[in-house]
Order: sequence, then structure tokens, then C-alpha cells
Amino acid sequence: MSIEQTNTVPELDFNTPAQRRLRQARMLKDKLAASGIAIGGISVILAVVMIFFYLLYEVAPLFRSASIEPWGGQQEVSYAVPGQGRTLYLAVEEQAEIGFRATDRGQLVFFDSTSGQVLKEETLSLPEGVTISSFTLLSEASQTFALGLSDGGVKVIKHNYKATYPNGKRVLIPELVYPLGEDALQVADGPIEQLAVNRDSDEWSLIALSQGQLVELALSMSENFLTGEVEIEQSSRTLPNIGVKPNKLLLTPDRRWLMASLPQGKVAVMALGRNPEVTQLVEVSKTEITSIELLLGGNSLIIGDAKGKLSQWFFVRDEANQFQLTHIRSFEHNSSPVINLTTEQRRKGIVTLAADGTLNLYSSTANRQALSEPLFSGAADAIALAPRADALLVQHGDRLSFWHVDNEHPEISWSAYWEKVWYEGYEEPEYVWQSSASNNDFEPKYSLMPLAFGTLKAAFYAMLLATPLAICGAIYTAYFMVPAMRRKVKPFIELMEALPTVILGFLAGLWLAPFMEANLAGIFVCLLIIPVAIVLFGFAWNNMPNKIRFLLPEGWDAALLIPVVILATWVGLGLASPIEDALFGGHMPTWLSNEVGIPYDQRNALVVGIAMGFAVIPTIFSITEDAIFAVPKHLSYGSLALGATSWQTLTRVVLPTASPGIFSALMIGMGRAVGETMIVLMATGNTPIMDVNIFEGMRTLAANIAVEMPESEVGSTHYRTLFLAAFVLFLFTFVVNTLAEAIRQHLRKKYGSL
Amino acid sequence: MRYSVSEWTKSGSPWVWLNAGAVAICVIMVVGLLGLIAVRGLAHFWPADVIQATYTQGEQSRRIMGEMVQQEMVPAEQLRGAGVEVPEGVEAMRRDLLKVGNRDFGSADFVWAMDHLITDKTYPEMIMAAERLEWGNFYGYLREIRENGETVTRYEGHAKSDEYLNLWATFQDRLDRVLEIREQILEIEKHKIGSINYELERLRLKERSLELKQSTDAQAYADIEARRAELNADYEVLQQDLIDLYTQINRDSFVAEIADGREVEISLAKVVRAFLPNNMGTGDKLMHYAAKLWEFLSDEPREANTEGGIFPAIFGTVMMVILMSVLVTPFGVIAAVYLREYAKQGFVTRLIRIAVNNLAGVPSIVYGVFGLGFFVYFLGGTIDDLFFPEAKPAPTFGTGGLMWASITLALLTVPVVIVATEEGLARIPRSVREGSLALGATKFETLMKVVLPMASPAMMTGVILAIARAAGEVAPLMLVGVVKLAPSLPLDGNYPFLHLDQKFMHLGFHIYDVGFQSPNVEAARPLVYATAFLLVVVIALLNFSAIAIRNHLREKYKALEM
Repeated sequence: MSIEQTNTVPELDFNTPAQRRLRQARMLKDKLAASGIAIGGISVILAVVMIFFYLLYEVAPLFRSASIEPWGGQQEVSYAVPGQGRTLYLAVEEQAEIGFRATDRGQLVFFDSTSGQVLKEETLSLPEGVTISSFTLLSEASQTFALGLSDGGVKVIKHNYKATYPNGKRVLIPELVYPLGEDALQVADGPIEQLAVNRDSDEWSLIALSQGQLVELALSMSENFLTGEVEIEQSSRTLPNIGVKPNKLLLTPDRRWLMASLPQGKVAVMALGRNPEVTQLVEVSKTEITSIELLLGGNSLIIGDAKGKLSQWFFVRDEANQFQLTHIRSFEHNSSPVINLTTEQRRKGIVTLAADGTLNLYSSTANRQALSEPLFSGAADAIALAPRADALLVQHGDRLSFWHVDNEHPEISWSAYWEKVWYEGYEEPEYVWQSSASNNDFEPKYSLMPLAFGTLKAAFYAMLLATPLAICGAIYTAYFMVPAMRRKVKPFIELMEALPTVILGFLAGLWLAPFMEANLAGIFVCLLIIPVAIVLFGFAWNNMPNKIRFLLPEGWDAALLIPVVILATWVGLGLASPIEDALFGGHMPTWLSNEVGIPYDQRNALVVGIAMGFAVIPTIFSITEDAIFAVPKHLSYGSLALGATSWQTLTRVVLPTASPGIFSALMIGMGRAVGETMIVLMATGNTPIMDVNIFEGMRTLAANIAVEMPESEVGSTHYRTLFLAAFVLFLFTFVVNTLAEAIRQHLRKKYGSL
Repeated sequence: MRYSVSEWTKSGSPWVWLNAGAVAICVIMVVGLLGLIAVRGLAHFWPADVIQATYTQGEQSRRIMGEMVQQEMVPAEQLRGAGVEVPEGVEAMRRDLLKVGNRDFGSADFVWAMDHLITDKTYPEMIMAAERLEWGNFYGYLREIRENGETVTRYEGHAKSDEYLNLWATFQDRLDRVLEIREQILEIEKHKIGSINYELERLRLKERSLELKQSTDAQAYADIEARRAELNADYEVLQQDLIDLYTQINRDSFVAEIADGREVEISLAKVVRAFLPNNMGTGDKLMHYAAKLWEFLSDEPREANTEGGIFPAIFGTVMMVILMSVLVTPFGVIAAVYLREYAKQGFVTRLIRIAVNNLAGVPSIVYGVFGLGFFVYFLGGTIDDLFFPEAKPAPTFGTGGLMWASITLALLTVPVVIVATEEGLARIPRSVREGSLALGATKFETLMKVVLPMASPAMMTGVILAIARAAGEVAPLMLVGVVKLAPSLPLDGNYPFLHLDQKFMHLGFHIYDVGFQSPNVEAARPLVYATAFLLVVVIALLNFSAIAIRNHLREKYKALEM
């Protein structure tokens, strides 16, 4: 009946215009959707991939080498030297707009650094017949220099720049400041041949060599509270003789050490103090010293010699508690004598110009030559580096040339990150992470070693706890447990994977750490007692009469053990107190630090290990359980049928088959432990130390990022180094996870054929 | 003996038992952890009894009052080291941690006391406990009520009596009045004045932007000025109201006797809640508990986050998670559909699949670093330059905020959604698709009408797992916009209502901040446990629902797989 009916229905026409239009519309929609989804899908994937490239993009400038080019582009900027006479001092101000030159005729000239046009010129008013006989620079950063006169007077001058904003445009007004007064200070009676001046806030010291005598004039400035007038106290003394006539004198800012550069590559060191004496005569070079300067901060001596060798020296305390000027490092160099040497004003960097006209940029901490490029043929007369180290002014004959220097991150090198570095003030080379300090002349210490070490240490202790628990647990759950219980237990443990790590960290820091300090011995006792209790209980249970044993079917053993473990823990913690009294003098942490000499921190690696172990157990457990459960049942049935016990079947058949899966579980767990941030942040003291001691803390790469990133200046070396840390973490976890995934896929394929 | 030791060992049974033990330990650890958080977190709201006792230290003895917080055994060695006299032969002594409150009248609100030195422990019914806006809890005996400095009523004595209870009732009445006034003050300060300030700031920015454009539109400037005058007038009125309310709220004060016998006067305006803990029946306590719990969930934090509620943190977390799921769901699903349905299956797709899978394992802090560098500094900085030049130098989007945090977390969780959706798509049998195609449906129609509806539970699972992960993630948020105390909620009555550029509070960060950066960790600890408990409950619920949906889905399509 129904068939007939369908037959009588008028024939359907699928090609009416309306139908065709509909079809076309559907086709169009289908095509649009296909391309839309493709674009959307690909862009999501690209966005995710972009993380990798963005991190790389932020890190890359660290490893770019420095470059130098004429200021403003292609054309070399060169002009005639403004002012007359020989250059004593050449400088560029902060914005690199104004240059400054002091000459031996007492001319002080400010000029436009790009054109040489004179902006301001002053000539020192010297008495009739008096000439400038010596010059010294306090430090590049201080912009202050001193001139020794032929009548024994000294003038201290600072070039300074004031910014004003007429009509909303910034205009710099150069000026000269005389911090010790405009009149010359009388330091000696005869002409001053060599001069060294330095200051420590309001305490000044001027040391002059005059007529073979070293004289020190100490000044102490203090402001009168009532009148606001500056009062200067003076005291003068004669220093012991060095013997040989020095070529240059240098005074450290703390005014403790006077160093004299002597002929034949020697440096004499004089300890100033109450009874000044020459403490050391060091041979710093096999040939003549051609240039010698103090590095930023005044702690290090940079010495260039006639063979082109450049080296760094600073005071190191020896066994006898004496400070010795010590050779720290030599820099890569060519054989042309180092003629001009200047230091950076904000970093521990060095600029040299050799006699053959080669410009070299160095970073002392990284022991790195950032740039070596021939600028001229032949030696230059003077060089000056702008405070931001982005502009270089060079006098070559009677021409000045102005250059742009691009040297963003000189303090970074492979050795600065991963090798021991001898930092200023340290007694030996060390791995140190210390990215900031309160003072400006601080030497940043970017050794990634302590952080990498801390990361691995935390991961190691976490894995130490998690591996046995998770794998044994997974073996039992997958192989022995009754399915009904397995269905409950597995999601329950997997749920812990979702537990926010901030909660684990908070418990570890605020509950576990104090608990552990109070019950350290108890925890170790539990570690011993729990496995013993489990085995004993198992033995007893298996020997129970069948009546009792069959109350609980096989595969429910784990449930039985829960009270056993709780009881064992309770007994263990209870036993701890007498044991602690008997063996450890009542309190194990105190005993450890006092008697054994193992320092005990409350928030230590053991706490982190337990907390982070807790966080990775579910990861390892879940994957291992899957791997074991996925081993085809007929393999184990076969083994059991041949008479093997179930334990033999497990160890000889099931585990070997599942081992790649277990291995990949461990790798993924490791990846998680390495990148975990909050637990480590909260459960350790975050001190970047390198010590395997389980009772001390650490700082990991991830925690370090969390701590320092918000305060880091955008684009700085520190900022990029933190990006590098993130990049390392990314790469590490990505590679580990990919390997693990590959192994798992391989495993899956293998079982597919079984 | 059914088995000898050697026989038993040989069979491998000890190992099996040890493996079973590992499961038992894992389960105990999980349950113990959840239990610890629950007990500590929930116990906080229960009104604890207040002890009154005599504490004798050497020659001196004094009265102490406070809540017992913790007891512990301390080894004698350690105590001797700290200069406490311990009799010979005693190995450990009990030490109590008492919360004595009254931080403004003593030095610390928590004291450690040796248990054996505490004598005459009593629980007097008339000891009052008061929660205050500042200086933490107060414990003492109510003595007198004052109005404008004049005594209204007074009662001497410590025992419970009708007269004393009358005084207490008067006190409660006046406290209710104060609470009502405070409500009004809050309404004015937070909402009315808040929105006026907000509008004033917008006017300032509008004016600045006109200046930047060098506009000469005098009318526009005049409008701004007129509106500003209007707002300022409104503000004056509100200010006057506020002054009135403040005089009213400051009218009453009370005098109470504290532990050392001194009588102190405290303004009622500072009190949030007062009760007689030792005089409360179980019913009263339950009421109190519920009120405290509600305060915790609905109120704003007080005293540097150590007291009060966590509502802004809950709100911030929820807002961020909602925004994140709005972003992550479409993109994650589209990417999964592309990978599974449209892309040519081959080596490249397999590679991408593995890569996406592994991105879920990349440490979250890396996403935070990326979010800070790319979104906040790069994108945010560019947006500020282009669209918000008037607000400069203060950053608008160039600093961490709700939007950047949501996007960063969306990026972090997108692999989760992709993997889950893909799994769902893979489970749909080929035959279903082929049937649809055979009936003449286009590929897109098949996708929309057949495949996606069938895969929707899988997508849901993915989104729920993503939400659970996002709700608990803290490390990346620390870099892209979470703060310890946000002045206002990211969603309010001021145009444009949803403030994407605003910083916000977050439950996870709240735990970190209060637990580790707080000046008074001891006082803050119970609140941290409570917050942690809340977070665990939320995340467990989310995960359970994901698991339930997944199981349901598997059951549903089991038949199709045959």
C-alpha cells in the first residue's frame, strides 16, 4: 500500500532553479566554512607556535655582537678639534649631544658633538707664568677631573649639564662646577708632576707628586646646620717614597689604596691608612704599561701594555688576611700596544684603542671581547665614551670623529652564564646569581648554574619520593586491584593532578615545614617503619585462617593496609621522641647543625621534595597505570598458565613490555617537576645556593622568574636573561615531553600488532 | 603457619604487599591533605571558647584571656636553650598558643605560654569577644556604655546576671544602629562617590585628549567644565551627608575591662561584630558560624586581607575564568576540528598533534613570561600609544590586567580543549559521517548537524578541564595582572561596566599573598586554609563534572563503536 503511494507521488525535480540556488548556496557555505576553519585552526596553531619564536626573539639580542658605525648613519662624522693645545680630557654627556674637551693650555670647551660647533668656552684663569703640569680624572662616571699646576696648586672641576624646557623642547645648558672652590688648593710647593684625586661622598683626598715627594691633602666637607655654609677641614701629610718615579697615580674611591704605575711593567701598591706603607710591588706586565685605569666602582685595575695585552687586577684577601693585588683575567687581544683606554660609566665595560687604530670593546665580568674593529690606521690621541655607552668620540690628529656604538648586552657570554666567574670582592671564582643591588656600580652576577642546579635538585628530590610511590601504586592498581576498586581509586588519585599547586605550596610552607622541623626524626622513623609494617602485616594476613582471609576477596589488600599505614605512622611519630632524645640530643635539626655541621633550613629540599613529589605522583601514576593496563591480557595469561606466579609474570612479562610507557611517565613527571613554580616559591627560602644538602633550600629557574620578572626593566640584560630562563624551561619540557610521547606512540603501535 | 617465611618471600608476596602499600599511602596522603584543609579551613568560623586563667612566670603572675589556638610538645633541650626552667628528667613539655587579641593594648595578639604555668582555667560566661575594623579581635568584660562621652549605664562584676545581660542587650542594640549607619556610609563612599570620581577621571582624560588633538572646540571644553561643576556640586552634598553620618556613628562607645584589669574605652564605630562566646548555645554557635561563613564569601577583606571576606577574589577568579572560556572554547574547537576533520592526515598533522599535546606540559610560568613580554609590554604598549594617549604616562593596557590575564590563560589552556575535542571527534564512528554524507549533506552540514552535537560532551569536558586548570593557576597571573588588593571590582555600574584593563584579585594568589606576604601570618592562617578549601572544592567539583560527562559520553557511544 505504502509503496504504491510513493510511486504515485509526482516525480521530484531536483533541478528547479530554487533547488539549484539552494545547492549553490550550500556549496558556497561549505567552502567558506572549510576555509574559515582552516584559517582559524592554522592561526591557533601558529599563535601557540609563536610563543617559541617570541621567546627566541627576546633572547636573541643577548648573543648579538656589538657594532660601531658613524653617528647618524653612513657618512663619517668628522670635524676639526675645537680649542687649542694637547687634549687632557675628552668627554660626552648623557644624551650624546654635547662634547667636552680640556686642554693643557687651560681651555675648557663645550661643543656640539655632531658638528664640532663651539657652544661654550672658558679658559682657566691662572696666575702669570703658571702652567698646567698634570691631570687626573676621578672616575669617568663622576665627570670630575683635577688639574695640577706648576706652582703646586690643584683645581678640581666638574663638567655638568642642566636640562631646561623652554617652549616644551629640551635644551641642555653646559656648565662648569668647582666642587672644592674656584681657587686652586695649595697641595705642594713645587710643580705637581703627578696627581691622584678621589672622593667618598664628602671626604676627599688629593695626592700629588712634587719634587720627588708624595704629598696627601685630605679634605672633609661638612655643611653647617645653622648657616648652610660648607666648611672644609684640611689636613696634609707626606707619604713614603715609592723610589721610582711613577708614570701615573691612581687612588681608589675609598681612599685606602694608592697605586702607582711604574716603568718596566710594575705597579706599586701603597696602603694609605694611618701608617702609609708600600705593601706590594707587582709585575703586571713583561713590557711597559701603556695605559692603566680603574674600572667602574674603583675596585678593579685595568692594565694595557705595549704588547697589546689587557688584564684585570683587584685586591683579594689571602690566607694571611692581607689584601693582595691579584691577576684576575686577561682579555683577548692583538699585539698592538694599548694606547687609549677608557671605562664605561654604568657597566663593567672597557673600551680600548690600539696603536694600529683597532677599537676593542670588552666586558670584564663576561671576559668577552664584544667588538674588535679597525677604525683608523695609526694611534688616536684621545677617546671618550658617552655615559650610556652608545656614543664614542675619538680624536685622531687634529680631527674629532663621532661614532655610534651598539653594545646592548656585553656582560653576557657562555662563560658568564655557565662557568665560574671571579667577581669583584670574591676570593675565588664562583657561581653566583645576584641580579641587582642598591648601588649603581654593582657588578651583576648572572650565573645560571645555581638556578639550574636548584631546579634539578628540587626535581631530583621530588622524583625520589614520587617514583617509588607512583610506580608501585600504579603496578598494584593496574595489575592486582579488583576492577571495582580500581574504578574508584584511579580517578581519585588523578584528581590530585588538578589540585592547584599554590595549595600544595602553601601547605608545604606553612604546615609541613614547621611540622617537619618538629618531627624530623619521626619522619625518618616512619620511612623505615611503614614498609616493615606493611610486609609484616602481609605475612600475618596470608597466614590467617581461611575463614578470616576470605572475608575480603583478593585484590582488596590496599584497603586493608590503610589502617596499617596510619597506625605505623602514628607509632613512628611516637617512637621518634625517645629516639631523638637518645641519639640526637632531643632535637634532630639542632643536632644536625651543631654536631654534624649540616645546616638545617626550615624550608628545605626535603619539604619541596615531598610537596612537589605529591604534585607529580598523579602524573606518573596515571600514565604508568595506563601503560601496564594496556599490556595485552593474553601475555600474562600465557605466563600464568605456564606456572609462573603472578609476581613473576609481572616482573618478567608485564613490566618489560610496559617499560617504555613507564619511562615516558617518569620523563613527563620530571618535566612537570622542573617547571613547577608555586611550590618551590613557597616551600623554600629561594636562596640561590649550590649545595646538595637535603636540609637546605634552593632557587629554581621558574621561581626565579616569578620573583624577579615583575621588577625587571624591559629590554635590560636582566630581563632578557629571565626570558632565556623561560626559554630553557620551555625547550627542556618540550623536548622531554616529545620524547616521552614518541615512546608512547611507539609502544601503542607495538601493542597494536600483538 | 600456612606459609614459611622463605616460601612467602619466594612467591613475591612481600612485593605485592609493598605495592598495595604504595596505593594505600597515596590514598592516605590525598585524603589527609583534603581533610587537613577542610578541618582547618572550616573550623575557623566556629566561635572558640575564651579561656580566662592565671599565668605565673617566675614571681609574677597575671590574668590572661584568649582563645586556645594550638598545643604542642616541645623538647626540654630546646626550652632550656630558650631560657625556660625545665625540671630534670622531663623530656618534653606542653606549650600553648593563645590568641589574646587586644593588639592595641598589648604587644602581640598571639602568645606562647607554657601549659603547666597556666592555672585556674575558667570559661566565664560574660567574657565578650569583638571583631573590629582594625587592631584585630578584642577580649574583655563589658563595663559601661557611653554616649558622647557620657555614661549611659554601667555594671560592676564578672558573673552572669540579669542586669549584666541587660547591659549586653543595650550594647547589642547600639551596635546594630552603628552597623546600619556604617552600611549607609559604605554605600555613599564606595558607590556614589566612587562613581563621581570615576566620571571626573573620565572627564579629565577627555579634556586631555582634546588638548592632545589641539582641538579648539570651545563648546566641548565648556561642556566638560559644566559637567565637572555639576559633579563637584554633587560631591559636596554627599560629603556633607558623610560628615553627618560620621558624627552619628561616632556617638557611642563602650568601656571594657581587659585581661590586666585596665579599663579601656573603644568606639563602637570600630566594632564589626560582638558576642559572648562562652555564653552561646550550640544553636547560637551555628548561627554565628553561618554568619561568619557568609561574611567570608560575600564581604571584602579587612586588615591587610587577614580578616573579613574574600568576595573580590572570588569575583575576580570567576570573571577571569569566564572571559578565558569565552576565548578558549571557539578557538580550541576550531583548531581541533581543523586538525581532525579538514587537515590532510599525515606526518605534519601528527607532528602538530604531538606538539599541541606537549604544550600542555610546558611550565605555566613560561606562558606568564610570554604574556608579560608580548601581551602586556608589546601589544598593550602599542594599544596605549594608539588609543589612550591621553592617559599617558599612566599605562591603560600597557600593564597587567584582566584582559591580558584571560588571554594568557586561554593560551595556556587551549591545548587542553584541543586534545579533549579531538578525542571526542575521533570517537565518532566513520559510519555516522558517511551516513550523513550519503544522504547528500555537505561536509559542513555533517559537521554542524551530526558530528559536533555528538562531540559536544567532549568539548564540554575540555572546557571544564581548562577552567579547572585556569582557576588554580597562579604563577603566570603573578606576572600579568593579579594584585593583592584591587580597589574596585572589574565589573561595576560605571560605563563601560566591564573594565578589561583593571587589575583584579584571585583566589590562588590570595592564598600565596596572605600566607606568605602578610605581616601577621599567625592571624591570617585560618583564613588561608578557608580560601584553600574553597578553591579545592570548586576545582574538585569542576573535575568531577568533567569526569561524569566523559563517562556519560563513553557510555552513550559505546553502542556505535560495535
